[in-house]
Amino acid sequence: MNRKFEAKWVLLICGLFLVSLTLLSDGCKKKAGVTRGEAAEAALATYVAPGDMDEYYLFYSGGQSGNVYVAGVPSMRHIATIPVFTPYPGTGYGFDKETKEMLGGFSWGDAHHPAISETNGDYDGRWLFINDNANNRVARIDLRDFKTRQILGPLPNVSGNHGSTFLTPNSEYLLAASRFSIPLPKGTYAPVEQYATAYHGVVSVVAIDPKTGQMSLGWQILMPPFDFDLGDAGKGASNGWAFWTSYNTERAIGKLEVTSTQKDRDYIAAVNLKTAEQAIQQGKFKMLGGAKVIDPKEVPGVVYLIPCSKSPHGVDVSPDGKYIIGSGKLQSITTAFNMEKILTAIQAKNFTGQEDGIPVLNYDAIKDAEVNVGLGPLHTQFDNQGYAYTSLFVESAIAKWKLGTWEVVDKIPVSYNIGHLAAAEGDTTHPLGKYLVALNKLSHGRHLSVGPSQPESSQLIDITGEKMKLLYDAFTEPEPHYAEMIKADKLKPIEVYTQADNKHPQAIWDEKDAKAERSGNHVTVKMIAVRSHFEPWKVEVNQGDTVTIHLTNIEQTTDELHGFGLNEYNINVVVDPGETKTIEFVANKAGVFPYYCTNFCSALHQEMQGYLLVKPK
Amino acid sequence: MSSLPKSVALAKQVHGPAKVQWSIEAFLARANAFFDLPLGGLSRLLLLVAAFLLIPTYLLPLWNMTMYSNQFPDGLDLHIYTYTLEGGHPPGRDDLREINTLNHYIGMRPLLESDFSEFAWIPLVVGVFFILTLRTVVIGKMSNLVDTAVLFLYFGMFSFWSFYSRLYQYGHNLDPMAAVKVPAFMPPMLGSKQLANFTVYSYPGTASYFMIAFFLLLVVSLLMSRRQVQGL
Repeated sequence: MNRKFEAKWVLLICGLFLVSLTLLSDGCKKKAGVTRGEAAEAALATYVAPGDMDEYYLFYSGGQSGNVYVAGVPSMRHIATIPVFTPYPGTGYGFDKETKEMLGGFSWGDAHHPAISETNGDYDGRWLFINDNANNRVARIDLRDFKTRQILGPLPNVSGNHGSTFLTPNSEYLLAASRFSIPLPKGTYAPVEQYATAYHGVVSVVAIDPKTGQMSLGWQILMPPFDFDLGDAGKGASNGWAFWTSYNTERAIGKLEVTSTQKDRDYIAAVNLKTAEQAIQQGKFKMLGGAKVIDPKEVPGVVYLIPCSKSPHGVDVSPDGKYIIGSGKLQSITTAFNMEKILTAIQAKNFTGQEDGIPVLNYDAIKDAEVNVGLGPLHTQFDNQGYAYTSLFVESAIAKWKLGTWEVVDKIPVSYNIGHLAAAEGDTTHPLGKYLVALNKLSHGRHLSVGPSQPESSQLIDITGEKMKLLYDAFTEPEPHYAEMIKADKLKPIEVYTQADNKHPQAIWDEKDAKAERSGNHVTVKMIAVRSHFEPWKVEVNQGDTVTIHLTNIEQTTDELHGFGLNEYNINVVVDPGETKTIEFVANKAGVFPYYCTNFCSALHQEMQGYLLVKPK
Repeated sequence: MSSLPKSVALAKQVHGPAKVQWSIEAFLARANAFFDLPLGGLSRLLLLVAAFLLIPTYLLPLWNMTMYSNQFPDGLDLHIYTYTLEGGHPPGRDDLREINTLNHYIGMRPLLESDFSEFAWIPLVVGVFFILTLRTVVIGKMSNLVDTAVLFLYFGMFSFWSFYSRLYQYGHNLDPMAAVKVPAFMPPMLGSKQLANFTVYSYPGTASYFMIAFFLLLVVSLLMSRRQVQGL
């Protein structure tokens, strides 16, 4: 080889290397460019600039934490925790006399399904109701001040109140039901081997005062020992009906994962609310455990059973009320039942059997479609364009399908194992579309590691286009079940209690009125908290006295909260601007106990302190 | 000119219409003539309008102060009326209460309506001016108009002095036991001033502009009637 030849080869190789390098780097750039673009779009879609506010409120249940959480959409930022069934020292909930009495001695609850009050089937933003699956209670949060104002229960006969708190279109009733059948009334003993006959479930309504939101015990229907799971109230075409899914219609005991999954179909119970109301008015009920209970054997027409694919979870009524969507969590189809056909079948007595005297409707006569959504369908929500969105637990995805054509048009994977899902006002007569939140059960380390106890994951999805687009991952405390999303401008919360708002009989607004008074061995203190002191700043009592402190925060400025923490007496109460709370305890420990402001208030917050002096006996 | 008062006619006779010579007698004669001047129809109409300009001063703020800080980007508002003090009431806030709460840290006396005797006498005095002005419209003499204008000028100046001294006292009589010791200061009366973390703006309110308009109408009315007689 001569030198010239060699140089040619070297040049050629160098040239090829350069060309390939250029191509490679071009390719890299393109790929990175696309990703960055999509990320930027999602980032912009969820970005809420400092000082700006979110477009929607998301109220999501806190499960076994007993709380309700509030987040903003689209930022997904957690804004507030509303304690409901659990004491929460952060806001002093469960430490003052009123909330302590409301909790009724329970220190936890299992909050599952929030329901925003409705007028004509749309959210009116007045109250939020939430159930307690563990202690059979229901609670009302006033959305004027985001405070729990009433807890009703434990409800008689209701055992495992999971199928709750779904509301009728004008919030006349909220639903409640037994997930775990027991011998009734509560307190009755029967061996579990007699489960099929001696145990009973109930489906039930709680009445709501339309003016005050005050809940009271409605009526109940005695049911076979199925496990009633989730519910929804009818609307539009199905107005006046209530639906609950049930599993274990085998009436089995033991390892239910096996024993209760033998039949191909379980039931949706459909209750005619009007017929039930009439029966109550006509006295066709018996008192059981203090509740008016209808026995369906004696009142025909009050309840029917709709066969639904195996072990159903959610039952969801379409915005127009025409379709009742039932999802069997162990199958790959969701069934759309047609309300008109249900009514026709009832009229024609088109039944295929009965359970304890309750007619079972003919499945083939009432179903419109079996939609092939995918594996493990649970819950369905709706948008403003006629689409339904069904969560798929086993498949870890959401299926988007069209009502009427029953065609699945899109699917998006979620991380991981979705339970409920919440679209903007997606369970009302007028869903808003735009956003969908996937409430996933598992996060599997998609976050900075926090050890084995991992948070849940909630994912924000854009549903404006044909294809669903994942926008954002948020991580939540244990454990959201259902959530509801409401347009922010529907709520008009107050930020301070004015003097007129404060109805506490012992409220004082002038420091001159602050004083301690003794009557026998009861010391009553009217106390003021204001930047940056308590008045009185010392309270003298004798060991064994009952001490009642009515604490008023006389501030009228937003966010000027004051706390009252009493050392070693296990007391912390937080009073909002203009609020009065009552603290009651027995001064059984002698000595000197400092009290201090626990909620940072001002430059001299640290100095906001006083002494409880307990003279020994 | 036959309807002119005697003093005016006399002044015209003594000096003639064109030439004006200075002497004490002549000056007094001219002054007397001036005070005896009748008010023309238009002057009286203006005075009537002026009188009714006083009515809104019962409804509108006389002075506004706004205090801005990082915590209060929209400002804490204080409105001073002829009869009361009022704080702003944006949603979830009572500005007067907030201003007093914050001021207590530097030992300033709380602003209490009951501490101000002004709120009792200023509305009364404004009412007196309303009546005095109507009286001038009816009687229609220059001397009444001058009385009203001069008294009002005095009232205005006295009110300013009283406002100034109030501000001075609030800024200077600070409780020596206060948590935060600040040197005595003069809060701004007109314009803005930085006080600790607050920028304080202080400006006349709508009622003040009505009062100024009232006074200007008095002056215009006076000048118009003065022009009726040439050479006066």
